[in-house]
Amino acid sequence: MPAYALRDDLPGAATGISPVEEPLIKALDVNVFYGEKQALNGICLDIPVNQVTSLIGPSGCGKTTFLRCLNRMNDLIDICRVEGQITIGGKNIYDPDVDVVALRGQVGMVFQKPNPFPKSIFENVAYGPRINGLAQSKAELNDIVEHSLAQAGLLDEVHDRLDAPGTSLSGGQQQRLCIARAIAVVPKVILMDEPCSALDPIATARIEELIDELRQSYTIIIVTHSMQQAARVSQRTAFFYLGILVENGPTEMIFTAPQDERTESYITGRIG
Amino acid sequence: MTDTFITSRPGLTKRHAAERRFRLYGQLAIAIALGFLVIMIGVIGYNSIGAFSQTQIALSVRLDKSVIDPDGTRDSAIIRRANYGSLIKAALRHTFPNVEGRRNKRKLYGLVSSEAEFTLGRKVAADPDLIGTTQKFWFVASDDVDMLMDGNIDTSLPDSSRRVSDMEIGWLKKLRNEGDIKRAVNLSFFTNGDSREPELAGILSALMGSALSLFVCFVLSFPTGIMAAIYLEEFAPRGRWSDIIEININNLAAVPSIVFGLLGLAIFLNMFGLPRSTPLVGGMVLALMTLPTIIIASRASLRAVPPSIREAALALGASRVQTTFHQVAPLALPGMLTGTIVGMARALGDTAPLLMIGMVAFIVDVPTSILEPATALPVQVFLWADSPERAFLEKTSAAIVVLLAFLVLMNLVAILLRKKFEQRF
Repeated sequence: MPAYALRDDLPGAATGISPVEEPLIKALDVNVFYGEKQALNGICLDIPVNQVTSLIGPSGCGKTTFLRCLNRMNDLIDICRVEGQITIGGKNIYDPDVDVVALRGQVGMVFQKPNPFPKSIFENVAYGPRINGLAQSKAELNDIVEHSLAQAGLLDEVHDRLDAPGTSLSGGQQQRLCIARAIAVVPKVILMDEPCSALDPIATARIEELIDELRQSYTIIIVTHSMQQAARVSQRTAFFYLGILVENGPTEMIFTAPQDERTESYITGRIG
Repeated sequence: MTDTFITSRPGLTKRHAAERRFRLYGQLAIAIALGFLVIMIGVIGYNSIGAFSQTQIALSVRLDKSVIDPDGTRDSAIIRRANYGSLIKAALRHTFPNVEGRRNKRKLYGLVSSEAEFTLGRKVAADPDLIGTTQKFWFVASDDVDMLMDGNIDTSLPDSSRRVSDMEIGWLKKLRNEGDIKRAVNLSFFTNGDSREPELAGILSALMGSALSLFVCFVLSFPTGIMAAIYLEEFAPRGRWSDIIEININNLAAVPSIVFGLLGLAIFLNMFGLPRSTPLVGGMVLALMTLPTIIIASRASLRAVPPSIREAALALGASRVQTTFHQVAPLALPGMLTGTIVGMARALGDTAPLLMIGMVAFIVDVPTSILEPATALPVQVFLWADSPERAFLEKTSAAIVVLLAFLVLMNLVAILLRKKFEQRF
């Protein structure tokens, strides 16, 4: 297979400093095309369990594309084509026998812009457990909703107005509502696509704290434009540039001793 | 340096003037549009006033036992079959004893509507004790009398060139002096079917025909249109086929409605053999016409739902059907309803396709099911506008008023439904 033969020549493939011990997610030679245009180029990346992995890089480098490969959100785009293998817990999620609906129940996602349903706070959180059949009774559903809101650190602020529309909350609260909604279906992995880009610094700090707490129970992958944020919340960092994975490793190594010249230029603000 | 901080740049006055001018044009355009609307509705409303009232004439009728019930059976079947026309004629002759000659007597008998004898028959059958007495009854006057009372007949014209002669005017004056002629609210306009006699013609059969047709149209086109829109927008793979379908739906929306009428004639009537002139077929043809409008409007409102809502639901592990029906379609529902009402309003006002499938017949009976022959409001307007009697002009305007009221009612329902389902996001 020519693609594998060439792998060592690919600019991003060789830089596996500090290999991951027990990766939950393994991406192997992932290529993504939008029509004729190639957006990702031979990505190989291991993501460890119960850690926060941040994906950094300038706009248009393919980090969101990669993130959306992990729960097959790219399937929604007609012209998008994914090649290669992504295994989660040993199973290739692009195998034909994989049920996308079941996959997305296991791999939750939080989007860049808070996107609560135009329904009540309760309904927002309850929707996922309900369609996934996680609650046997109304009381159980109430428990799940309260627990999820508590985990997202939102319960104290909204416990007396669960019937209020989700869209009536502030931006930061809406984003925490979206996180509560994502964890209500008990996924194993949570994907976060620049979750703080629309938020003010205080709301951002709140979410970052939350991410750190959630790490105990979930494997988190976060796309961010803020290198400070990557440094604060993540244990591992992967640097994408022009559709290739330039470098990945423990966060402190990427930020203090980058192996690649491009990584260094980016984190010091010379490119991007 | 100038002495003031705010200095005017060259051309600023011109820009302000242009803005003022544009505003003026806009206000002028709206004023013109409103003016035409007010004139149109005003004229129609004014013309229709006469149709909502009718002239009645009081006559003292001697209910002769030998004419009504010679054997004294009091059997309502016999009472109903009696010749009440002769009683009314006798009463008229009694009121105006000096009328001589066949022609003049014919004119005299023409003062009251031909329906008067049936009114009398019903009243006597309801109360047989009246037989043998002389009673005063109010009868509907003929349309010519009604026109005269409405001031629609120009009495300055020579006697021979108007429908009501000086002699008749003399009779009516006598009646008025004795208080035996009055104007009353014409409720029968809302309870009668069509009639050859303008004073008896009512809108109910056309109203029911329209309502039944629209019911069939809604039942067929709303679910079909919405399902088609949802499938095309949310599920169908994009490609050459979906493009072809989209172009064809857009073309169908622009097809003149008479073509749909011809289609209905050829397919529904001639091929399937469905009963002609019925609201069933009318509704089916109108549904064909309405479908493209509903599909286009529904697709537009589905497209207006932010993709982030779909992504949110899908990312939670909802299937596409769940995403569509739990989250997307409810948000698009107000837009879909608006599209449906726009389509239905067009269907309500459309005449041409109904002409093709025979809903233009003269229907006196009020239809009670979708399988009975019926006509529709716009067709009724067309039929009455085509009638030579002057009194049908009022009826035409009144039918238009009813049509417009129906339309306003439909829009009101749509607005209420919108308000109920509208959600902000």
